[in-house]
Amino acid sequence: MSEKRATREAYGEALVELGHEYPNIVVLEADLAKSTTTVKFKKEFPERFFDCGVAEQNMMAIAAGLATTSKICYTGSFAMFATGRAFEQVRNTISYPKLNVNICPTHAGITVGADGASHQTVEDIALMRVIPGMTVIVPADFYEAKKAIKAAAEIDGPVFIRLGRAAVSTIFDDSYNFVPGRAIRLREGQNVSILATGIMVEAGLKSSEELARQGIKAEVINVSTIKPLDEKTIIASAEKTGKVVVAEEHSVIGGLGSAVAELLCEKHPVPIIKVGIKDQFGRSGEPAELLKYYGLTSEDISQAARKLTAL
Amino acid sequence: MAARAITDKQTLIEYLEAKARRLRWDIIKMVGLARSGHPGGSLSAADIVTTLFFHEMRHNPDDKDWPDRDRFVLSKGHAAPVLYAALAESGYFPKEDLWTLRKMDSHLQGHPDMRKTPGVEISTGSLGMGFSTAVGMALGLRLDGRDSRVYTLIGDGESQEGIIWEAAMFAAQHKLDNLVGILDYNDMQIDGLVSEIVDIQPVADKWSAFGWRVIEIDGHKVEQILDALDEARSVKGKPIMIVANTIKGKGVSFMERVVDFHGKAPTGEEIDKALAEIEELGPLG
Ligand SMILES: Cc1ncc(C[n+]2csc(CCOP(=O)(O)OP(=O)(O)O)c2C)c(N)n1
Ligand SMILES: [Mg+2]
Repeated sequence: MSEKRATREAYGEALVELGHEYPNIVVLEADLAKSTTTVKFKKEFPERFFDCGVAEQNMMAIAAGLATTSKICYTGSFAMFATGRAFEQVRNTISYPKLNVNICPTHAGITVGADGASHQTVEDIALMRVIPGMTVIVPADFYEAKKAIKAAAEIDGPVFIRLGRAAVSTIFDDSYNFVPGRAIRLREGQNVSILATGIMVEAGLKSSEELARQGIKAEVINVSTIKPLDEKTIIASAEKTGKVVVAEEHSVIGGLGSAVAELLCEKHPVPIIKVGIKDQFGRSGEPAELLKYYGLTSEDISQAARKLTAL
Repeated sequence: MAARAITDKQTLIEYLEAKARRLRWDIIKMVGLARSGHPGGSLSAADIVTTLFFHEMRHNPDDKDWPDRDRFVLSKGHAAPVLYAALAESGYFPKEDLWTLRKMDSHLQGHPDMRKTPGVEISTGSLGMGFSTAVGMALGLRLDGRDSRVYTLIGDGESQEGIIWEAAMFAAQHKLDNLVGILDYNDMQIDGLVSEIVDIQPVADKWSAFGWRVIEIDGHKVEQILDALDEARSVKGKPIMIVANTIKGKGVSFMERVVDFHGKAPTGEEIDKALAEIEELGPLG
């Protein structure tokens, strides 16, 4: 777990590989090719790369049109603008007709850092999750991101893959087999379940080690596909431990925490604590400072787990 | 010395040029210390922002909520450093605050935040929307019967956003002659030249066709900026767009027309070199 790479770095790499495999893949960008790394695809396949300029809504609707001509579209830009600015294009023009557009924006979450609240999306999982038929994937590291981006080419209908700006520790390696819709257990435990997504998976693993030293055996599950949710794996874990901590770099409203709560309150009610951003906007700062300020560290997960196990 | 008290035009121009150098110096220092931020588009707008804050606009740092003040909206919010430098130099907050840019607990966010920074009229950072808010402000001020004017700075890359043109039609429809847009036409965006990504030409014709009075100038010639703003005051019944031809990174030789300095801070030696170059251009105001 020593190597650190941003999940966004996987985007350009995966796109280049996809470009060789699929002649019908087209990449659209909205003036952020270097930041999102789609520039790598541009260099390799200039004839299949289109920069729409600063016009995210237009980019999404163009992608929808391209998809009707049997193209598989991947779009760029930041999560704020791809899911926020262009929400209705994604909802009405891509998702309602179930078109093959893979929305993989980067710079999601507060780890965007110094750019501040206007660029830190903490609502994007919620926005994409409420759209019928949208597949929502939040990779935990570079390798999972790369596999997910490549897998999206074979998923029918729209896919949202949330990518980050900051370098984060790798958890998997090239041999990892990503299966959309499957949550995977990374640590087994009986006392409490830690369901984590994105960069919080690493924090969840660290927390399980802290908890082990205190005699608490935590189960850590990487829920990278938030929709469709792996109900079986989540319910089974909740049945076993009876306590659930959910951790995500996102608002506690509408994200994985909400998805898990919605599922368990109907199928197997247990106490849940959501570790996430508490209905607030972000702010400028270094990623590590911000994670601490907003309560998104392994210690925050451990605290929640201790609280539940003390019940 | 307040710019308004200067009656001789040449003296006024020299005063504003010195102030613009001061703003440029502050931008480099600020972004350098923050180790991130957007110097290119801040430097290209320095002469325009200087002329607005230190001559054209009616505003009072000691009474920032004065209802009759003129408003400035930085629609291209990533150029926050030039706005912060102008606000500090005007006296809205202490100069030292500039050196906390983009840091945890600073009121100077990566993009302007009206709830945190005194003098910021509206929060911006998502391109295109600031321009519409300026239209709303101009309308609101007119509804109140105030003679305040609204000035808003947009980018050429930003002009690719559809909302700019939606606002353009609305402002013309409502004959908002208290609204002055200024286009920072540096022909650069993040991915390269605007003319090579999605060209906005012929941009002056577009604004005319949308019902605006268009004035084209060199955005680094203070005299031309002054004259354009004067001319704008005489326009009745339509909003005004000043198309200002500029150079991204203007004032620092190794940053001029360099795409990468859009959102990259100068480092170590680069900072010293840039500051020295600005000092060599003349006294700082
Ligand atoms: C809606 C939106 N999309 C994308 C961005 C990211 N972004 C910041 S600056 C920029 C390029 C702006 O170019 P331009 O307007 O020409 O600015 P300037 O050259 O004056 O710095 C982009 C795409 C943003 N801030 N807002
Ligand atoms: Mg520009």
